[in-house]
Amino acid sequence: MILPPDRNASDEARPPERLSRPVPHSTIRPPDHDPQAPSIQVEGLSVRFNGSDVLYEVSFALGAGQRLAVVGPNGAGKTTLFRVLAGLLRPADGHVRIFGHGPGGDTCIAYVPQRSQLDLTFPVTAAEVVMMGRIREIGMLRWPGRADWRAVHQALERVGLTESAGRPIGELSGGQQQRVFLAQALAQEAELVLLDEPFTGLDFPSVESLFQILDELQASGVTEIISTHDLNLASERFAQVLLINRRLIAAGPPSQVLTQANLVAAYGGHIHRLPEGDGVLIVTDTCCEGDEAA
Amino acid sequence: MSAVFAWLAEPLSYPFMVRGLVAALIVGVVCPVLGTYVVLRGMAFFGDALAHIILPGVVIAYLLGLPLVTGALVVGILAALGVGAISRRTDIKEDAAIGVIFAGAFALGIALLSAQRSYAVDLAHILFGNLLGVSEGDLALTAALGIIVLLTVLAFYKEFLVLSFDPVLAVTLRLPVGLLQNLLLVLIAVVIVVSIQSVGVALVLAMLVTPAAAAYLLTHRLPWMMAAGSAIGGASAIVGLYASYYLDIASGPAIVLAETVVFLAVFLARGRLKPS
Repeated sequence: MILPPDRNASDEARPPERLSRPVPHSTIRPPDHDPQAPSIQVEGLSVRFNGSDVLYEVSFALGAGQRLAVVGPNGAGKTTLFRVLAGLLRPADGHVRIFGHGPGGDTCIAYVPQRSQLDLTFPVTAAEVVMMGRIREIGMLRWPGRADWRAVHQALERVGLTESAGRPIGELSGGQQQRVFLAQALAQEAELVLLDEPFTGLDFPSVESLFQILDELQASGVTEIISTHDLNLASERFAQVLLINRRLIAAGPPSQVLTQANLVAAYGGHIHRLPEGDGVLIVTDTCCEGDEAA
Repeated sequence: MSAVFAWLAEPLSYPFMVRGLVAALIVGVVCPVLGTYVVLRGMAFFGDALAHIILPGVVIAYLLGLPLVTGALVVGILAALGVGAISRRTDIKEDAAIGVIFAGAFALGIALLSAQRSYAVDLAHILFGNLLGVSEGDLALTAALGIIVLLTVLAFYKEFLVLSFDPVLAVTLRLPVGLLQNLLLVLIAVVIVVSIQSVGVALVLAMLVTPAAAAYLLTHRLPWMMAAGSAIGGASAIVGLYASYYLDIASGPAIVLAETVVFLAVFLARGRLKPS
């Protein structure tokens, strides 16, 4: 993942066929938004809470249209990293560039927090949740028009939830809720999607249908960063993995990142190794959901 | 039939009853719209605190002969800033900070009021309302503020929806979150001030919370929740005022009791009414 540090230089070096990629178009991006620049460049990122480092000197880069798994034990700073990328948290140190500018300067980022962070008894329908992704586009003092509702229904169709459009969000299954939030990201025309533990609590078919949508999104050029505590999933379904535990342990293809030495470095004593078949390791973190919101 | 009509018409032969009924109807219909946000966001304690906090503002405005709303808004904004400052600069949690400001401001209001000769009457009116003392000027102001509040909610409906359901999304969409949050608080403060004349500081929370909570048991769609809450609030205002006239009880508590009865009825019937 070696990317040119200067986005202007990278513009000129970019082969022209990249322009034919269906880049989501929006009128509300800032002038320096550059969909051709690397999605993300993070250098020496440090975040402190009450004087102690939650993240320390983390650096990595990710090209546009790639999918990255963020793994690490509880309290490793995965959610904190997402909150920095989404512009919700100011780092103590380091540089973060997203499509060529600082986080929080752009609405091209869709951040889907862990489901436990939302009140799912709130009286909104799936379609209304998807519509929320568009309200910046619609603008203040205006109501969604026919074109907006069409976009909402197209987004719901793409995630296979046309028939659930009018149902309250709380009545949907965990997997369906995740798909609603992906539809929201579609309606938002997001170019970078941050999903925090989307697979937690989902059964196998739900995970599969989520990946089907993620594959389609990626094919249309959307960059995806997804945290998970399922290391099997990270190694089988992702081309890039970021292993952190407050600091960067390793970044790159799963075969290079999820090695025994790295996993011991990240998980310490909490690691469970089960030899399987021809020497493949299954490593399970003793994780549970919801307690990493810091 | 004509007996029923006469029974209904009799209180309306008094102009002060007509003014009181219209004022109560406006408050009963407008409060649950904002009460919906209060219920869904778990702001009931905050709403009650706000009603007490703005008391010194109301009293000072009253003594200076200014519109009560101006005094209430100035004090409400100062209190919000004070709560923010305390919880930001110390380890004291926000509810405790609200508690400190809430009780202190209320004490200040009562102290200012107690220096007046008409203390006992004024205190009763401020605590429990004075619906039958609504003047034509009060009624016009109530109506104007009610319309402004409803139009503002209509104008910022989708922004308030995102802010309430998913504040993180509101930030990532780069909405002016602080501004919208403050606008919602100002609207709640305006509604509280308008309601004080009808039901008083002590009971204003019921106008915000009770019909909206009953509506939440009936429907899981936000617009319907607002509409059902307004219907319950408006109907309770009418029923309460008639009860007050014929049973000779105070009008503010009568309205709140009517709302409470509706809530309990919905709660008990809930097994048969499934929220849609």
